Amino acid sequence: MNMKAEQQYIDLFTQYEGLICRQSAEALNTPRAKAFADFEKLGFPTRKQEKYKYTEADKFFAPDYGLNLNRLEFPVNPYEVFKCDVPNMSTSLYFVVNDSFDKHVHPSSRLPEGVVFGSLKDMALAYPELVKKFYGKLADTSEDAITAFNTMFTQDGVLMYVPENTVVERPIQLVNILRADVDFMVNRRVLIILGDGAQAKLLMCDHAMDEVNFLATQVIEVFVGKDAVFDLYELEENHNSTVRFSNLYVRQEAGSNVLLNGMTLHNGTTRNTTKVLLAGRGAEINLCGMAIADKNEQVDNNTFIDHLVPDCTSNELFKYVLDDQAVGAFAGKVLVREGAQHTVSQQTNRNLCATRESRMYTQPQLEIYADDVKCSHGATVGQLDENALFYMQQRGISVKEARLLLMFAFVNEVVDHIRMDALKDRLHLLVEKRFRGELNKCQGCAICK
Amino acid sequence: MLEIKDLHASINGKEILKGIDLTVKSGEVHAIMGPNGSGKSTLSNVLVGHPAYEVTKGAVTFDGKDLLAMSPADRSHEGLFLSFQYPVEIPGVSMVNFMRTAVNEQRKYRGLPALTASEFLKLMRQKREIVELDSKLANRSVNEGFSGGEKKRNEIFQMAMLEPKLSILDETDSGLDIDALRIVADGVNKLKTPETSCIVITHYQRLLDYIKPDVVHVLYKGRIVKTAGPELALELEEKGYDWIKRELGK
Amino acid sequence: MQIEPNKYVKELTQEKYKYGFTTDIHTDIIEKGLNEEVVRLISSKKGEPDWLLEFRLKAFRYWQTLEMPEWAHLNIPEIDYQAISYYADPTRKKEGPKSVDDIDPELLRTFDKLGIPLEERLALSGMAVDAVMDSVSVKTTFKETLMEKGIIFCSISEAVREHPDLVRKYLGSVVGYRDNFFAALNSAVFSDGSFVYIPKGVRCPMELSTYFRINAANTGQFERTLIIADDDSYVSYLEGCTAPMRDENQLHAAIVEIVVLDRAEVKYSTVQNWYPGDAEGKGGVYNFVTKRGNCKGIGSKLSWTQVETGSAITWKYPSCILTGDNSTAEFYSVAVTNNFQQADTGTKMIHLGKNTRSTIVSKGISAGRSQNSYRGLVRVSERADNARNYSQCDSLLLGSRCGAHTFPYMDIHNETAVVEHEATTSKISEDQIFYCNQRGIPTEDAVGLIVNGYAKEVLNKLPMEFAVEAQKLLSVSLEGSVG
Repeated sequence: MNMKAEQQYIDLFTQYEGLICRQSAEALNTPRAKAFADFEKLGFPTRKQEKYKYTEADKFFAPDYGLNLNRLEFPVNPYEVFKCDVPNMSTSLYFVVNDSFDKHVHPSSRLPEGVVFGSLKDMALAYPELVKKFYGKLADTSEDAITAFNTMFTQDGVLMYVPENTVVERPIQLVNILRADVDFMVNRRVLIILGDGAQAKLLMCDHAMDEVNFLATQVIEVFVGKDAVFDLYELEENHNSTVRFSNLYVRQEAGSNVLLNGMTLHNGTTRNTTKVLLAGRGAEINLCGMAIADKNEQVDNNTFIDHLVPDCTSNELFKYVLDDQAVGAFAGKVLVREGAQHTVSQQTNRNLCATRESRMYTQPQLEIYADDVKCSHGATVGQLDENALFYMQQRGISVKEARLLLMFAFVNEVVDHIRMDALKDRLHLLVEKRFRGELNKCQGCAICK
Repeated sequence: MLEIKDLHASINGKEILKGIDLTVKSGEVHAIMGPNGSGKSTLSNVLVGHPAYEVTKGAVTFDGKDLLAMSPADRSHEGLFLSFQYPVEIPGVSMVNFMRTAVNEQRKYRGLPALTASEFLKLMRQKREIVELDSKLANRSVNEGFSGGEKKRNEIFQMAMLEPKLSILDETDSGLDIDALRIVADGVNKLKTPETSCIVITHYQRLLDYIKPDVVHVLYKGRIVKTAGPELALELEEKGYDWIKRELGK
Repeated sequence: MQIEPNKYVKELTQEKYKYGFTTDIHTDIIEKGLNEEVVRLISSKKGEPDWLLEFRLKAFRYWQTLEMPEWAHLNIPEIDYQAISYYADPTRKKEGPKSVDDIDPELLRTFDKLGIPLEERLALSGMAVDAVMDSVSVKTTFKETLMEKGIIFCSISEAVREHPDLVRKYLGSVVGYRDNFFAALNSAVFSDGSFVYIPKGVRCPMELSTYFRINAANTGQFERTLIIADDDSYVSYLEGCTAPMRDENQLHAAIVEIVVLDRAEVKYSTVQNWYPGDAEGKGGVYNFVTKRGNCKGIGSKLSWTQVETGSAITWKYPSCILTGDNSTAEFYSVAVTNNFQQADTGTKMIHLGKNTRSTIVSKGISAGRSQNSYRGLVRVSERADNARNYSQCDSLLLGSRCGAHTFPYMDIHNETAVVEHEATTSKISEDQIFYCNQRGIPTEDAVGLIVNGYAKEVLNKLPMEFAVEAQKLLSVSLEGSVG
């Protein structure tokens, strides 16, 4: 059995292409053939590829996983599992079970007129022109095998559409539930479109319910119109046998402002690829991430910010705390194209390694082709400040407690970027719980419990 | 209260303290003066258990207990407080969180229940007034972005919160203008009770005008070379340290 | 105040490369092309022992299995390795053994013109020189003076003959022939270069210097330098290089290996001024160099300082392996690119021993349409407790058509490590220029001043004579590149 990991998926696709398409929508089916050709050509990324140097993708795809190509319904009532009671935070709550949008439940609050939030498959049938116009336009299947793979197999997911000048006041919360009795793979797709001047906040929480091996691929495409404002928070709180490959693509028009904040509290293996195109003057991106990893957890963030035009700003901040045998990787590239004058770009990656066995790989990169720019990056790997630790002990705080306080402070710098106070408070608490070891098993969506 | 016997200590293998003997009783204020590099800061750091210093010989008891055997935090819980010469900045840790942890750990050590949030905030408010500390500072991270004077005031504020038996003020007057000096010294005096003691480490008479010492020691090359009453400080202010050096040279 | 940048840059580059002359001298050049026979021929011309021929052949066979590396941020035109001659000897007037007196006066004049006097009475005080032209060491000065202290300073060919045990022990011990494409190529065909051995406890009383010159057309230069600093010794070593202006590209693929034993210290300084090509990007040297030192001994120290102004393409990462406990390594670099030059340069600091320290300071300056990249790796291995690294990489952009890039890698496998990297990119501010103007300093002088100030931290690390030369070089390469 020396079959390459790709072959089983090539066979699967060849055999079931008809079924996959029948259970999906035309707008999602159209790019499948090209995605398949691209995937055959690319194969799964191996460590030899610079971009996937720290995460061996082929290894994770080699085992046998179940796929729900027939779109069977999984018996689960999310409302029974999750009773959201975050103080002072009311959200419009939606669920995706595996890769299907849950249609049985509806949030109590109504979205503003014209705003669409629902099953990508259904919306592709209801608004084919809209979906066709945007779907797959950022997620280039020829340059990333995971994107190609997802595009081949995905059948559903979420569409979020906010029309021009519409402000969605209440944050939208989307809970991705992984639910299966056997080792299982899901291929989720999210398409987000904000018209000019639109504003919205989306909180996505990942949650694995069963103790089986899960492999999730996720491709998110975000189109942000002129002067639009968009926040995307991703909270990962899975168990140790989940593997997630998430590719996030963002395109920003002039004057838009986007905040992306990915927080990994628990996981098995996480690979996040984030690609941001600053396509209009005056656009601003704040890209942050935080990971607390222990045991054999692995978190790999690969980011790419492309300054295509002048006068854009990018701020990037990633922090890792690694314990036990955890492995962290960060590769961040900022490209300032010729002519993209007055770019302001700052990238920071700071890491704490708590044990000998933990490993951190960091690779900040600047590629600059314009002279009138202010760009900087900094990366550090180190320990907690000895002087601060001693100062706190002199005030009667035990070493253990002092270390914890400094670690909260360390990661809270990322949490503090959240532009929703209730969520921020909640996360401060979760971070504390996580470090105190009170969150060492996935207990349901931590946001809601 | 504090009894130091033949204390020797070194840093990176270099001996700085070469046999210190010092006894501080309840209610006393001791001033320790001396030229730069004589070992004043080393003494205060060794007493509070800074890990960079190694005690090579001697004994220190605090209220009859072996001080050197205790962790730095337990020394604090027992009532030993150091106002640092250079208080460290701790970004991201708010003053409130920091102080609440410190106060409650001390209470736990003494078998007292933790303060509730409202009790604690009330205590903060009361103590803040002693050193005229701006409430805005309390909401910031520990010492972060504080001016030199604010940092020293913050030290005295923490002293008020923790109510130590013995406070060591390590050059608390350095970097303070005359008004700030007065506020800090007033704070220290307000906190003074007949049961508490104080060691004031300073170069100048200035601070001693406000905090009146009972005993003045001169530390030189790792030893206490002269001990006398408050008049010694005035004499030093006038004549400098050279005459002591000469006296020792004989 | 506005200057036409293109015109100015053009004028300057026309006149700036003052080492671009050729020496008309009879040179023994072997035929173009590379095969096993050529490797054998080079070895036999140098009268080498069998073990060295074996070393070359192994390297050659391995090289044949390799492909040009493509990971650098460089656009390298295809190189026809069969169109290059791998051996050129300008000292060979006729058959027969050569002696020092035998040196063609034309050769001596060449080095004089380059400011490198080979006659000891004319020499700068405190500097011994090994002069290498094409594939052969022309002359090494002050050999006898140094020998009195037991210091060996000679060409590597001579070292193979006179000190075979030392060469055999250390050659390839830091840069193995399997290290990379160019290291394999060099190991197969290396010609000459310098050999230095400083005995135990000896402080070398003068700066040792090697001057490299490519003269013959269509030849590649593949020198090899080996420096060994025995326990408690010290040496400062300088390297300079120039080449004639030729329309075709010349290949330079060198290896420098340094072994630093217990408590020894080596300072290695380079002012690299190979011909960079003309303003249109025609010609110039391809500089593909592997330089690496092993701080093998406890408490050893190695310091690299480089000022890179020349070459059409630079591919160079002087590196340190910190094997010995408490060893220290430094890398200070200024890389200037103008016109169509490309540079991908930086360092690797591999921490293996405990309490090891490394410092990296890199200053990139790009002008014209050039591309200037810093690429670095800091690795802290499992057993390297308390390792410390500080890296600082600054880029200065002069003009809107050049590029400045930073690619640092940090691989940390030990929790006691403290590793910091900072990088900034900026341009010379108009305020700075205006301030200088107001004080009566014209713009082009102001740029020179500011650039020198920017690079000062690195220039200060150079030995005196070199620092002056480097400073002049910087100003000349960049004057007028800001409009």
